[in-house]
Amino acid sequence: MTIALSQFDEVRLDHVSRDFGALNALRDVSLTIRRREFIALLGPSGCGKSTTLNCIAGLLPVTGGAIWLDKSRVDTLRPEERGFGMVFQNYALFPHLNVRQNIGFGLKMRGRPKAEIDRKVDEALSLVRLQGQENKLPGQLSGGQQQRVAIARAIVIEPPLVLMDEPLSNLDAKLRLEMRAEIRRIHNELGATTIYVTHDQDEALSLADRIVVLRDGVVRQVGTPKELYEAPSHLDVADFMGFRNKLKGKVAGTDNGRAVLDVEGARISGVARESLSAGSAAYAAIRPDDLMVGEAGPNAIAATVDTIEYRGREFVGTAHSAGGLDFVFRSHQPVEPGSHVHLRADDQRVLVFAEPIQGRQ
Amino acid sequence: MDALAPTAPVEHGPSLRQRLAARGFDAVTLLVIPAAIFSLLLFVYPFAFGFILSFEPKAGGDWLANYKRFFSDPFLYDTIGNTLRLAIPVTLLNLVLAVPIAFRVRLMRRQRLLTTILVLPITLGTVLVAEGLLNYLGPQGWFNRTLMTFGLISQPLKLVHNYWGVFASLVITGFPFTFLLTLSYVTGIDPALEQAAATLGASAWQRFRHVYLPLLMPGFAITFCLSFVQAFSVFPSAVLLGEPAGITRVISIAAATAAFEEYDYSMASSIAMIMGFVQLAIVVAVLASRGLFYRGPASGAKG
Amino acid sequence: MIRDTTLGSKLWAAAIWFLVGFFVINLFAMIATVVTSSFATRWLGTWLPVGFTTRWYSSAWSEFQLWDVLIVTFQVIAAVVFVSGALGVTAAYALARRDFAGKRLLVLLFLLPLMIPPITFGIPLATVLYQTGLAGTFWGVVAANLVPTVPFVILVMIPFIEQIDPKIEAAARVFGANTFKLFVHVLLPLLLPGILAALLLVLVRTIAMFELTFLVAGPTSQTLVVALYYAVFAAGVRAVQSIDAMAVIYMVTTLVWLIIALRFVNPTQIVTRAKQQPAH
Repeated sequence: MTIALSQFDEVRLDHVSRDFGALNALRDVSLTIRRREFIALLGPSGCGKSTTLNCIAGLLPVTGGAIWLDKSRVDTLRPEERGFGMVFQNYALFPHLNVRQNIGFGLKMRGRPKAEIDRKVDEALSLVRLQGQENKLPGQLSGGQQQRVAIARAIVIEPPLVLMDEPLSNLDAKLRLEMRAEIRRIHNELGATTIYVTHDQDEALSLADRIVVLRDGVVRQVGTPKELYEAPSHLDVADFMGFRNKLKGKVAGTDNGRAVLDVEGARISGVARESLSAGSAAYAAIRPDDLMVGEAGPNAIAATVDTIEYRGREFVGTAHSAGGLDFVFRSHQPVEPGSHVHLRADDQRVLVFAEPIQGRQ
Repeated sequence: MDALAPTAPVEHGPSLRQRLAARGFDAVTLLVIPAAIFSLLLFVYPFAFGFILSFEPKAGGDWLANYKRFFSDPFLYDTIGNTLRLAIPVTLLNLVLAVPIAFRVRLMRRQRLLTTILVLPITLGTVLVAEGLLNYLGPQGWFNRTLMTFGLISQPLKLVHNYWGVFASLVITGFPFTFLLTLSYVTGIDPALEQAAATLGASAWQRFRHVYLPLLMPGFAITFCLSFVQAFSVFPSAVLLGEPAGITRVISIAAATAAFEEYDYSMASSIAMIMGFVQLAIVVAVLASRGLFYRGPASGAKG
Repeated sequence: MIRDTTLGSKLWAAAIWFLVGFFVINLFAMIATVVTSSFATRWLGTWLPVGFTTRWYSSAWSEFQLWDVLIVTFQVIAAVVFVSGALGVTAAYALARRDFAGKRLLVLLFLLPLMIPPITFGIPLATVLYQTGLAGTFWGVVAANLVPTVPFVILVMIPFIEQIDPKIEAAARVFGANTFKLFVHVLLPLLLPGILAALLLVLVRTIAMFELTFLVAGPTSQTLVVALYYAVFAAGVRAVQSIDAMAVIYMVTTLVWLIIALRFVNPTQIVTRAKQQPAH
């Protein structure tokens, strides 16, 4: 592999802000990305993840803070001076240029000799497995092929940093899984440093070395996929990580990193993720996988089944409590809608969060 | 990566350039300036100049002298009536013909041939149409000959150098214009709406009356305005095909006469201002009545 | 599409096609009259002329100094096309890509010369041009013709530019294109079909633009359509056939460009300037 990516140690976002008029799209974001890392920026739409990427690329000027590549400040440079590679959401392939010309565009802009351009484009073509398609126009390619051209175009310039803006969002489900593996393979083969924007937590969990969860323009949590999956630091991150049951209750007691909640008379015990004081409102967050139909007793709550769906190995159902809480649960046996059940949570997997402060954060 | 050489840190907070850019003013926006200056110089300035000049009569007198003269001299003020007598019937006729034809042509697969034919008189222009009609509609022309051959008339109709010659030329050049505008509005409406109305039991007439007409009314209003304004400014055909000293002495003839025969640019400007004012008045009246009709996207959910 | 098959609707359709046919036949008969007359030796009181000749073309050519007129015409058109392209495309780009205070007002300003008939704004414009001494000169005629063509190019190009994804420009920037390279390698190739269409339409419209040229042209800066007007106006001085020969030359000049233009544009574009006219 002779596509050699420029060497550097880290990219640093230093208190970066971006305002759109009165709206703060990005507030005081600080982040360090090390060489060869695959970082996913994860969050719901409007959380500022694409804004972050566009600020790094230079497509949006920052309105506060700075971006550093080792000791060089890059946020004051124009996009064409930064030398980063970028894969756009709709690919943004040049419709009037064929595959070869699209991939070679960046090298041509840099005034490289034709022989070098040809050689590097050939390598990139084989890296993304598009040999034989080089004379087609983007309009003649399938979505997955266009995606590969967009990736090849971004890496052929040997950028210190590859930026990807929801690159898989326009592909169908099967192709998305396939390209996900491709992106990881290319990242590993090149030893690239990648910042990957997505709203799909599966994608982030499976691809990234570290995930940055953004919400309302603020970094909520940074961690490895395992850390985020198992130990989200806030209720909204937990929500995003698949904790679909959020049971509001009162803190009955705390002990050594654990908390017991009183939820509609039932006692739910779990791992405290934030500091809690007895008597205050709090939430128990439980994944549907960890809420099973079972016996009455500790860590169980009575509910009435609303719907039940067969999912092959097991059943997934929805239910509600007398106090109006909604549940999504799992069951090995079929249960009739309308029947009364006890839903039991694994107390090692229940997370307890303080009630979020209303308004911002 | 020499482009990434360290740069001196700049102070925090947006610069003037950033603040302007946030309001949409940057280098790209400046590209509009040449055209804007051009438009101010050759469109806005002459209009303003003409407006002021119209209050500075060449022959002296008070500032309204030109306008007083215009509205006291029947040879001048009659031109408004003459022009309206041509422009309003022609515009209405063109629109009344254009709407059903557009609805029919909408269903055609090969529209392009017809639209190409119809674009011919617009492209050829009023002068050529006038010259052609002089021969064609003349007493010895093919039109009168055909009517006489079929025994529809015994004497050649007098169709040139009078009202009807100008009328015919305004139909020949005006109808295609009105039609193509109407067609673009009619084809802009989602055919699913008509199909939906049909499944709900609406007859062809009901579909037109209750679905198409309300959606198309704004388009028809604009078409009427543009067609009327074109017809109201009739000039070469009124001279060549009409009776420029009599019934087809239209307002643009009066303006051109003032400018190029009397060299009274002040009076000519006054007449041009009156011409603009009448056009504006009719347009405003039509567009104001648009308020009575549905306003919004005509294509349903697609927006 | 719903087609009725009742008798009433068939009659209705027949009536509509009759109207269309009547219009088209009269249109072609009118054009045919001019062409026939231009080749006629003597044509009075009969269906067809007594004989055919081409001599009216040579006499028209010399009588009306058509060579000079044609040269002026094409010089005017070339200048109008070039200037309106340069001014119009740049302004359209700014208007398509940026939102700024006063944009709606500016668009309205560009819309007005297309809505107001040329004779209305032409008289004050001619007055100003006479005062500055530009009237009667070549550049005076060019300036007057630019008043509607620059806005025309702007309004045709705005939707064309808007449909080009701005991300493509962002991509070119990210991959190292500066403004000049962005223009040459990305924007120009993408915009070329639209520019070509807009400028061909400008060309066709300028050939036929009578009023503005008439109002500001002098004896040496007349275009073909104005020369034709004067010839028809002074009918009786010259033979009808000679005038008709000139009219045919004018028609051919126009139609050649119309045919070229129609290869690139839809005929309806000659009337409806832009796909979506801005609301006003």
